[in-house]
Amino acid sequence: MIIDLQKFIQQERAVWAELETLLNRLEADPDQPLSLERLQRFHLLYERTAADLARITTYSSEPETRRFLENLVARAYGEIHETRENQRRFYPLKWFFQTWPRTFRRHVRAFYLSLAFTLAGCAFGGLAIAFDPDAKPALMPFSHLLGDPAKRVAEEESATGDRLHGRKTSFAAELMTHNTKVSIFTLALGMTWGVGTIIMLFYNGVILGAVAVDYIHAGETKFLLGWLMPHGVIEIPAILIAGQAGLLLAFALIGHGQRSSLRSRLRGISGDIMTLIFGVGLMLIWAGFIESFLSQYHEPVIPYNAKIAFGAVELILLFLFLAKSGAKKPGDS
Amino acid sequence: MKISTLKIRTPEGIVFSQQLAGPVTRFLACFIDQLCIQVVLNVTGLVISLLTVISFNFAVAFYAIGYFAVNIGYGILLEWGWRGQTIGKRLLRLRVMDAEGMRLQFNQIVVRNLLRCVDSLPLFYFVGGVTSLLNARCQRLGDIAANTIVVRIPQEAEPDLDQLLAGKFNSLRQFPHLAARLRQNITPAEADIALQALMRREEFDPVARVGLFAGLAEHFRAKVDFPAEATEGLADEQYLRNVVDVVYRTRAGEKVAAAAA
Repeated sequence: MIIDLQKFIQQERAVWAELETLLNRLEADPDQPLSLERLQRFHLLYERTAADLARITTYSSEPETRRFLENLVARAYGEIHETRENQRRFYPLKWFFQTWPRTFRRHVRAFYLSLAFTLAGCAFGGLAIAFDPDAKPALMPFSHLLGDPAKRVAEEESATGDRLHGRKTSFAAELMTHNTKVSIFTLALGMTWGVGTIIMLFYNGVILGAVAVDYIHAGETKFLLGWLMPHGVIEIPAILIAGQAGLLLAFALIGHGQRSSLRSRLRGISGDIMTLIFGVGLMLIWAGFIESFLSQYHEPVIPYNAKIAFGAVELILLFLFLAKSGAKKPGDS
Repeated sequence: MKISTLKIRTPEGIVFSQQLAGPVTRFLACFIDQLCIQVVLNVTGLVISLLTVISFNFAVAFYAIGYFAVNIGYGILLEWGWRGQTIGKRLLRLRVMDAEGMRLQFNQIVVRNLLRCVDSLPLFYFVGGVTSLLNARCQRLGDIAANTIVVRIPQEAEPDLDQLLAGKFNSLRQFPHLAARLRQNITPAEADIALQALMRREEFDPVARVGLFAGLAEHFRAKVDFPAEATEGLADEQYLRNVVDVVYRTRAGEKVAAAAA
């Protein structure tokens, strides 16, 4: 049997038009409140249009009307069956003080793993430099790190002019964007079942360990701490958190010990990945400013102890923030 | 196995399908988007160059941040603001949607756009392209992670049968019992082929059009044998038009249509 298409369209057109208008309004302003009557009407229109789609699919193969109805039903289905929280409203303070640290803590094991891979890289890089100082060019990609640390310290401390004069802001912007790109890449490599993320973390650790041992070996520990701590205590954890997000992605892909499907595992973590990487972005903005405006200035301009103390305060605050901020008190739902 | 449409079954038992976009169309949309990004960057560069009057340092900083923000933010902002579309996707009638038909979430858009850096490796979205070729739902890595798909948007137009069929005398209707038998004997798929052939008649090459309508008319003539006075002098195309009119429009339907008009 073939339905009378013309009659069918004439009869049902008003219903489809009403549903389409309602959907357009809902999509344009998802926060608008719907009264119970309007919700019931919306549901009725959806069910009727869905039934029309079933009829036209069964009794007519006219593709245009079917596609038109499929499109309408698909849009209405998404609105009616969506159970996830509406993300249109964004509360920055709540996100900063609650959502972000809570998300970090919820997946802290991935952070520990990220830290472990970086520390393994540090150990490798440090031992490599300790046992074979000639390996420096192979381990460090930055030319300014290849020279003798003692010579560099002497040059920095005897410098009379400001070598970043007139370009501190642009230097900070370059650092922010470069580090954020590296962090995003570290996260995205989680799609390689975590292999790429682990390589990135390990390699970062290798460079860090190699530089640290090189300066410690040269007796420039204080300079090293004063140089790296002000920005490093934020920048390095930021990269670790990006690694945490990448490993989270990898865990969802692998799904070891989880009964849910790949799609539901990925669906479950995508919000957390976004939260973590946005947090990383904020940390790197701060680190970029500090590296450009503070870390590059050494004694006698700024005493090392002051820089180290500043870094230590930052580290304590970061630790407290990530460990305590937004913590639910006993009795909170 | 590769599929071109994604079927979603609602809890009410209704199945609707979405046409998946192929890698080539997606690459073209991406190419258009890259051009748009380039234009935005050029305009941003021009505007920022005016800042050099105030401070070269600030101008360079703004450009570095602007370059990064436009590259990362273009896809995120447009897909969020235009419900899964960018300029390239709009032009090619594509849309990002949730793989299960739900409302597209902001975090899904962010994740799929951030993972472009892996999909675009080593050059020209090679990783993403190969992944979408191998993936049953044409998903690149970012789509897999974000649980999204890219679909074609159908032309949201109701078929206008009046334009096709109205105002013509239909000789087949003079034999209602045979017309009823014709309706009974034709499957929906056959009726659809006839309707589509008529709707797209202007798109065919003239010689192919004559051959196509001759073949179709012969097929439908074999379904019901109308008397000679009903078919005499009817060209193949007109015969097919009469068949479609009989199949898709009953007398009751005409009355309803007339009343509505």
